[in-house]
Amino acid sequence: MKQSNIENLSRRRFLQGSAGLTLGFCLPAMAAAAKSGGAATPPGAFEPNAFLRIGTDNSVTVFSKHLEMGQGTYTGLATILAEELDADWQHVRVEGAAADAKRYNNLFWGPMQGTGGSTAMANSWEQLRKAGATGRAMLVSAAAKRWQVGATDIVVRDGMVSHAASGRKASFGELALAAAGEAVPGEVKLKEAKDFRLIGKQARRRDSAAKTNGTAQFTQDVFLPGMLVAVVAHPPLFGATVRSFDASKTKAVKGVVDVVQIPQGVAVLATDTWSAKKGRDALSVSWDESNAFKLGSDEILAKYREMAKQPGLIARQNGDADRAFAGAAKVVSASFDFPYLAHAAMEPMNCVVRLNADSCEVWNGEQFQTVDQGRIAALFGLQPEQVKLNMLYAGGSFGRRASSHSDYVLEAAHIVKAINGRAPVKLVWLREDDMRAGFYRPLFHHALEAALDGDGKLVGWRHRLVGQSILAGTPFESAMVKNGIDHVSVEGASTLPYAIPNLTVDLHTPTDIPVPVLWWRSVGSSHTAYSTEVFLDQVALAMGKDPVALRLELLGDHPRHAGALRLAAEKANWGTPLKAAPGERRGRGVAVHESFNSCVAHVAEVTIKKDGSITVDRVVSGVDCGTAINPDNIRSQVEGSVGFALSAALSGEITLKGGRVEQGNFDGYPVLRIGDMPKVEVHIVPSNAAPTGIGEPGVPPVAPAVANAIAAATGKFLHRMPFATGELAV
Amino acid sequence: MIKLTINGKAHQLDVAPDTPLLWALRDTLQMTGTKYGCGQALCGACTVHVEGSPVRACMTPVSSVAGRRITTIEAVDGERVGKAVQEAWRKLDVVQCGYCQSGQIMSAVALLSQNRRPTDADIDNAMSGNLCRCATYVRIRAAIHEAARALA
Repeated sequence: MKQSNIENLSRRRFLQGSAGLTLGFCLPAMAAAAKSGGAATPPGAFEPNAFLRIGTDNSVTVFSKHLEMGQGTYTGLATILAEELDADWQHVRVEGAAADAKRYNNLFWGPMQGTGGSTAMANSWEQLRKAGATGRAMLVSAAAKRWQVGATDIVVRDGMVSHAASGRKASFGELALAAAGEAVPGEVKLKEAKDFRLIGKQARRRDSAAKTNGTAQFTQDVFLPGMLVAVVAHPPLFGATVRSFDASKTKAVKGVVDVVQIPQGVAVLATDTWSAKKGRDALSVSWDESNAFKLGSDEILAKYREMAKQPGLIARQNGDADRAFAGAAKVVSASFDFPYLAHAAMEPMNCVVRLNADSCEVWNGEQFQTVDQGRIAALFGLQPEQVKLNMLYAGGSFGRRASSHSDYVLEAAHIVKAINGRAPVKLVWLREDDMRAGFYRPLFHHALEAALDGDGKLVGWRHRLVGQSILAGTPFESAMVKNGIDHVSVEGASTLPYAIPNLTVDLHTPTDIPVPVLWWRSVGSSHTAYSTEVFLDQVALAMGKDPVALRLELLGDHPRHAGALRLAAEKANWGTPLKAAPGERRGRGVAVHESFNSCVAHVAEVTIKKDGSITVDRVVSGVDCGTAINPDNIRSQVEGSVGFALSAALSGEITLKGGRVEQGNFDGYPVLRIGDMPKVEVHIVPSNAAPTGIGEPGVPPVAPAVANAIAAATGKFLHRMPFATGELAV
Repeated sequence: MIKLTINGKAHQLDVAPDTPLLWALRDTLQMTGTKYGCGQALCGACTVHVEGSPVRACMTPVSSVAGRRITTIEAVDGERVGKAVQEAWRKLDVVQCGYCQSGQIMSAVALLSQNRRPTDADIDNAMSGNLCRCATYVRIRAAIHEAARALA
């Protein structure tokens, strides 16, 4: 290995805090990336494994190519690598990797770096195991040479390398410099599952300390010398533009530095956020609304209901549904409505951009590196590699920061461009900006029908969906929209796991609704799980079958679904009576759904008061997400998914009136508070299969399980989200 | 000039009197542990203590707290209750995205300072003003009980 791979790391900013001179070894590609912020790699570099650095202070740094937005990625990725490295977990820390699709692409997405679709663990599984095993092998070779012993007799455990026969041992730090001189092995042996010491155990989160003492760095917390804060006046309607503006009062506000027009509106730049906000309050903008969208949610829904009367494009077809319905002894039908939903991450969208002489630097809860890098580069006339992205902790995302349109990131860049790059700018969206900016979970209408034959068997299923495409007009359209079907509009419906011989799923995609839409935690499954699982309970009722028994009967080809379902049902004591207090009704409901290759079943227990108000008392979950890398984080994600999904079930709704978004803050768009949080019990199906996602899959089955519990208690199936609980009053 | 006493230290700030304490902390003093979430006292991300009581800094003009004792997340480990809460949060890995957690911890510390053995209902009541979009509520409840045990 070349001398250049051994570096004096102590001069680097990112090792601030480690005492004294730190020499260390990086896998070669990382050394280049660290120096140049993700630019050129030296020839012959060991590119795929640019994930590890070991310092002479015993520190083990894992570079995460994925965003930590709460889902535990930093901890999970580090667990995988540290397992194969046999590192001491106490010495493991995680840093966000540079933006470089060559080394840090999402292996499921081709040549693109980004986080989403609950893919972080799944796509990194082998990659990081090999990265860890490679580091381990190099430490072992270094020790073998130093001690003049055979490599096979060396044992590595908890950050210590030892040789029993000679009694010699050395820490990772003591071997770091020597290991850097070792050749990178071509092949490495990975552990068997039975030998795991971290995976499947209790590796604590690596970000808990910083997130409990106020030191965790979010984009909101970035301050650069000379930086200005921008607050933007956005159009009141989607498609409205600036006709003119009067900034005379704004410029009189102390702290306001500049007011500039950008394609997204009018930006007020000030020395601080409060001054910028006051400046925007004083701004007078005349909007051209002539081409703006002016429909309301009610009108959109009425239009969708009309569209649903006609057949759409076929997304899935099995057998002959028309014939099954023609010969049906009984037909069950229902339609469902789903509103627009805002992500409402606790940290409203924000972004810091600085233009340098020949580069641009961005600080962001960066979720779509390659997309954002390309767009910013194009705006400034740079090459993508001249755009350095600093991936900071994101204060939630739920899909919002994976903006296929780079909306808020580009907005920040446009402001910098409008002031000719003379100062770094932190774009701050206030809560109202964030909630009214669009990029919502699309509004959907579903119509379902089921056919039962003369023997009461379920023989036909029709499912029609109407809603905007998330992928249309994005860089992903060509890959993910086939024959007019946006896969994420129908996922969960077109992938229905139940054995029904005659089945049709079809889709209408309105193209004249310009409300910006985006993936919202669990994407299509956020509505398809609801309509399919609630409707199946209606069918079960019509068939006189128990909801769990019917599902198991229909899940013969889907053992993972069945396994998760059985586990949840068993742990929830499915089938045993629930005690209700006088004047209250109680019910238990179930739902199971696969999303992002993980299967989750929930059993919900609810109490309904006379006035129709609902309390969700308990949710018991069965989860199959393959190998449980960090069981505690899986439990944590499912607990959080329950709360996140309940917000949408009980209260979440963005509505338009005359094109205007009616909600602006948490008063109009309530998010679940602690008093409404049920008890959650999460049970994990033991598995040695490769890991699958867990950030999203807990969400889809929550609302249908709760709705089915409500139906069990009241006999009423709820056909819209959020629930119209008034219907339940007695 | 406005005089603020934050975490035991006196500061002189050249800001407009109507400036919310939140922005004085964050933008003027660059004490960024206290977060902006809503600006309307609806989410609790900006919770700090004024004379030991939880206050939403986003709706608190600096002029109204001049000369009063302000404590932020940065100094919460300086007292026994704060340290216990922080340790319980870490022991149970409460955090997910973490953005709301400064505010959650400040509210929890205020609760436990008044009530050393809170029930679930006490917790739900005291913490009802603090939103967590990741919905870490199950663990927030558990961590407050854990801290109460540690303090007993």
